[in-house]
Amino acid sequence: MIGVFSYLIFFATTASILAIAVLGLNLQWGNTGLFNGGVVAFFGAGAYGTLILGGTAQAGHLGGFGLFYPLALLGGMAAAGLMAWVVGLLTLRLRHDYLAIATFGVAVAFENLMRNAEWLAGGAKGVRGFERPLRAALGDGFIYNLFFFVVVLLILIATYMFLERLVASPFGRLLRAIREDEEAARSLGKNPARIRLMAFVTGSVILGLAGGLYGTFYAFVSPQDVLPTLTFQIWAMLIVGGAGNNRGAIFGAFLIWGAWTLSGWALSRFAPVDVQLYTGSVQFILIGSVIVGMLMWRPQGFLPERLVVSQRGKPQQTQQGE
Amino acid sequence: MADPILVTQGLCRSFGNFKAVDDVSLAVQRGSMTGLIGPNGAGKSTLFNLLTGALKPDVGAVQLDGQDITGLSPNKLFARGLGRTFQIPRPFARMSVLENVMLAPMGQVGETITGPFLFRSRMQTEEGRIRDKALEVLDFVTLGALADHPAGQISGGQMKLLELARVLMGDPQLILLDEPAAGVNPVLTATLIGKIAELNRQGTTFVIIEHDMDFVMQHCDPVIALAEGRVIFEGTSAQALANPTLLDAYLGAPMDG
Ligand SMILES: Nc1ncnc2c1ncn2[C@@H]1O[C@H](COP(=O)(O)OP(=O)(O)OP(=O)(O)O)[C@@H](O)[C@H]1O
Ligand SMILES: [Mg+2]
Repeated sequence: MIGVFSYLIFFATTASILAIAVLGLNLQWGNTGLFNGGVVAFFGAGAYGTLILGGTAQAGHLGGFGLFYPLALLGGMAAAGLMAWVVGLLTLRLRHDYLAIATFGVAVAFENLMRNAEWLAGGAKGVRGFERPLRAALGDGFIYNLFFFVVVLLILIATYMFLERLVASPFGRLLRAIREDEEAARSLGKNPARIRLMAFVTGSVILGLAGGLYGTFYAFVSPQDVLPTLTFQIWAMLIVGGAGNNRGAIFGAFLIWGAWTLSGWALSRFAPVDVQLYTGSVQFILIGSVIVGMLMWRPQGFLPERLVVSQRGKPQQTQQGE
Repeated sequence: MADPILVTQGLCRSFGNFKAVDDVSLAVQRGSMTGLIGPNGAGKSTLFNLLTGALKPDVGAVQLDGQDITGLSPNKLFARGLGRTFQIPRPFARMSVLENVMLAPMGQVGETITGPFLFRSRMQTEEGRIRDKALEVLDFVTLGALADHPAGQISGGQMKLLELARVLMGDPQLILLDEPAAGVNPVLTATLIGKIAELNRQGTTFVIIEHDMDFVMQHCDPVIALAEGRVIFEGTSAQALANPTLLDAYLGAPMDG
């Protein structure tokens, strides 16, 4: 019994971390219409940044700063944000498909850099020597995992609340206007380049936060964690859940991660042995089919974006939170 | 007497080898309702794009209120009181009509990432004010009842009105309207022109591109005509009617008014 519960905690922790990442992508794509095809690079920057900043001294590569954990996590987020800022300055003039290709290229370059630059982050062996925060007090067992899940869940809720407030504000209105028609927004005095950059960086900081938590959870990160597969998974979560809807993003993360986990289990259990060798590939095909199928059948996702009409309900809106 | 709000000198803009706007020098008088006419493809919309910064001129200069604005971006020009609408409406489709209009005011406290968190109550007060004004402006253009509709689902004529409403939120001193009456039903056109005339009396300057000659003759003064990218006529609407060059230009190319 405790085994199942323990597994559920493990599952929910991973799903919640991914949900944070999907929320970050949702700010970029769902709200602002920025096609980030290199999600994993920013996720990875957060993971690598956190582990390098928070880890113990390592022979042969950067690390051993041993920062207080929250600072290390913030540093990981900053690394993701910084990378997004540089990439953004270079690419945000590119629209849609071009931006997608450029960011995809950035992600591939990031993975290659991590794989080959051993002096930087251990190369293919990855970053080790990171001790999970409070491990001394809580040990390595079930209690720790439960504790970590609660922390992740709280961070997920905080991220959700932050974004909900943000997209309901004039800033969110601005993002949607840029998404809908950049030139019209410009004719109304808005500066699309600046706003797109802000949304891109903020979304990437959130992706970095998810990456940092992910690295913390496994106390390890390697180039295997920053493969394009993860980009596709996070995209599938957003599209299935509902781009432009933060609840949809979270729902999609749990749904797709559940389906991914189940399909992996089912394949290993029921598929013929020679197919099992290709479990990863089969899952890849499945997730591709899910994205395509969803785009054809219900492009707005399970929980579609809601039109903001509440502003009309003047009394409720102005009273709340004052 | 002459008090131009907008002046251009030798504006040129080509697309490939094709000269869409060719050496245009003109002046728009403050407080006027200037009509801009000319056959299809004359370069009227392109001229608007040059004036508002949406396109950069190859050569030539533009001054707004005596200051050089050549090459400034549309967002900076809107801040300086130059508003425009588009020939083909550009609504923010997946936003409500009200949101479309509430977007427009510049420098809102809640428009930054930190604003909604650090200045929450100031933002809410401001939102209340902007909302009230937006509803007022929507009523003014007769779209009040559609405030909560998705802007992508209103009719083409209503989209033209919505564009006007958005621009009005910025209280511009000069508004460039690209075929505001096209696709708007005649009754509504009458209302619309009434509204525009009212704003004009209160001091807003308008430049209006319009194919409907009756509309131009009745409401616009002076009239500037373009053909093949060049200014071929400047004068009163009565003079325009009697002008043979103008007639030729129109007969040379079919009119869609
Ligand atoms: N972005 C562009 N690229 C290439 N050619 C263009 C572009 N914009 C306009 N043109 C060309 O420039 C010419 C002038 O176009 P413009 O839209 O300014 O005409 P107009 O006077 O507004 O006509 P209409 O009354 O039909 O709206 C046309 O021949 C058009 O094909
Ligand atoms: Mg035109």
